[in-house]
Order: sequence, then structure tokens, then C-alpha cells
Amino acid sequence: MRLMNLFKRPQSTTAPVARERLQILLAHERAVSGKSDLIAILREEILGVIAKHFPVEQEGISVKMERGEIVSTLEVEVEIPTPMCPSFPLPATSKPATADELAREPEMAEAAEASE
Amino acid sequence: MAKVLVVTSGKGGVGKTTSTAALGAALATAGKDVVVVDFDVGLRNLDLVMGAERRVVYDLINVVQGDAKLVQALIRDKRVPTLSLLPASQTRDKDALTDEGVEKVIGELKEKFDWVICDSPAGIERGATLAMRHADIAIVVTNPEVSSVRDSDRIIGLLDSKTEKAEKGERVQKHLLLTRFDAARAGRGEMLNIDDVLEILSIPLLGIIPESTEVLRASNLGSPVTLNAPLSAPARAYFDAAKRLNGESLEMVIPRDRKSLFGKIFGRRAAA
Repeated sequence: MRLMNLFKRPQSTTAPVARERLQILLAHERAVSGKSDLIAILREEILGVIAKHFPVEQEGISVKMERGEIVSTLEVEVEIPTPMCPSFPLPATSKPATADELAREPEMAEAAEASE
Repeated sequence: MAKVLVVTSGKGGVGKTTSTAALGAALATAGKDVVVVDFDVGLRNLDLVMGAERRVVYDLINVVQGDAKLVQALIRDKRVPTLSLLPASQTRDKDALTDEGVEKVIGELKEKFDWVICDSPAGIERGATLAMRHADIAIVVTNPEVSSVRDSDRIIGLLDSKTEKAEKGERVQKHLLLTRFDAARAGRGEMLNIDDVLEILSIPLLGIIPESTEVLRASNLGSPVTLNAPLSAPARAYFDAAKRLNGESLEMVIPRDRKSLFGKIFGRRAAA
């Protein structure tokens, strides 16, 4: 067997790899066709929701999509600054949300913001 | 009834212009009235591949904007009298093409010809979507290579959404033309096989054009390969594809160049 491998040209059958990569890629691209900036949209929307309750920065959120053959995973990482953080905003403009505030309806939170 | 055909691919350099010229000439030699229309405004090349670059006076933009009549812009081929070319503009940009203007020109061409073949620019921008806009049939030119297959898939999506037919709830007939295919390399697993590409793109196959030195030779001379070397492997493949467009059902074969004994012995070494 080993001896035979010596005569085999290395990596000659690359076509199956190409085929598999294409099949996985295109399955995803077809699913999101017309929504090519899906990740950017998701990022904005997730940031919008979280910003209602926490003083998050634009750069403090990362959204990653890992594409797999059977399942894909969406990884959302949000950095929430604490009062120890130098960039922590002044309490007057946005204080950390309390449990009460978290429980409020989003519309109410918006209304509260508008009235300020 | 005239048929409007778009030759498209998404990716550049896969053989759209070569295939437009070769299929146009093949259909015209079969006795059909054919016009090939270059939609690559600013980067025209169909005139060069057809050997008519010195005869261009007016172009598609001039006709669209009403500066010239259609008959003034059409260039009749010197070899095949039933073949005409409508060149693109080299100096204007693609924004000069308007939806209404293109619709009017295509309408006029449909009255004069049996086949209106639109050579699409690469990409998915305005030029490419306008070229496919009025198509009844689309030929998706694809190389057996990952980036080409991916872009073809994208173009197929556009054909199903951005064309006049799609908007009316009808379907543009789509056909795959696999170009630059090397059966030996595919056999060794070094190149995507025909079945792989067909399975991925799932549109019917119009033809397989083998990789051949004759294609470059023909474009060097400014002659479609179907006129310059009609017995060569790629030309036979294009003739078969043209017959299929005309409704004939032929067995799908990959034509091979016949090599002389001398060529068989020394051809490989010379090519290496």
C-alpha cells in the first residue's frame, strides 16, 4: 500500500474538495440571496435592542456567523462597560438598567426616551 | 417569432464574447438571420472578436439616444451575409443605456432577425441586468472552476428575479454552456466534472466546449471559431449547441481535436 502511494501524485484529486466547498457555500448564499448584508443588519438590530438597556458602544458588539453543513451558529458578543471602565457614560445620560427597567416593554422604553 | 438570447456569466474571462461570436456565426451559417449585440459599454470587444473593429461607425448608445438609425449602426458580417453585429460604445459609460431605449432597440431587432444574441458584460451591475432584461433564453457560460460556478449561481438568481419574464411571472429558459473543459483533467479528479457543475447549478446543459488552442487562434484573427476552424473540437461543440438552440436533440458528446501521429508523439512535449 505504502509503495503504491509513492507512485500516486500527491493532491491530484482536488475536484471533490471544490465541489463540497461550493455546495456548502451556495446553500447559504441562496438562503440569504438579496440579503447579502444580513450580518450587518443583524448587528444593528441587536445593538438597538441592547442599547435600550445597557450603555453599549457601537464597537462593543461583534456578530459572527459560522457556516456549517448541517447547522450554522450565530455568535453574538456584547461588551457591557462597568462603572470602572474609563469610557463609562455619565449616570445622568444613561445609567445601568435595573431589573424593573429590563422588564419594561420596549415601546415604553422608547416613549420614555422621547419624553426626555 | 424572434428569440432574444443573453450570453451571461457573472464572472469575467470565462468566454461570453467568444461564445456569442461562435454561436452567432453557427446559427447564421444554418440560414438564420442573426444579430449579435454587444452590451459591454465602455469595454467593447465583440467587434474585435468578430473582426469588425475597423468598420464601427455608430453604436448601441447612438441608437438608444436617437443619434443614429438602427440600420446605420448594424454591421453586416463579410463572411456570413445573415450575420450582423451591433457594437457597444467604447467612449460612453453604461449609464447612457436607458431601460426604454434598450427595450425599443430590442423590439426593432426582433422584427428584423430570427435571433437577437446579447453579449452581457461581466458583473451584476446595470449593463448585465439590461442585457438580460428582455431575454427569452439565457446561456450561462461557466468554467469548471469554483469562482465561475459561484458567480453563475448568482446570475441564475438574477435571471429568475430581474428579467422582464420573471417580473411577469414567467421563466427565462436557462442553459449551461460549460467552457474550457478538459476531460483528461476532470477524469483525474483535478477539475470539477460536468456532473458536479450540473448538480450544483441544476440547469440543463447546452454544450461542453473543450479547452482548445483553436479558440485563441480564432480570436487573434478576428474570426468566430465556428468560421475560422469549423472542424475543430470547440467549433463542433458550438455547432452542436446551436442545433440544440434550434430545437434539435443531439447526444451530448465532448468533441476532441484529431491529432496526427506526429502530434501524438510530439504534441505533449511541445505543449509542456
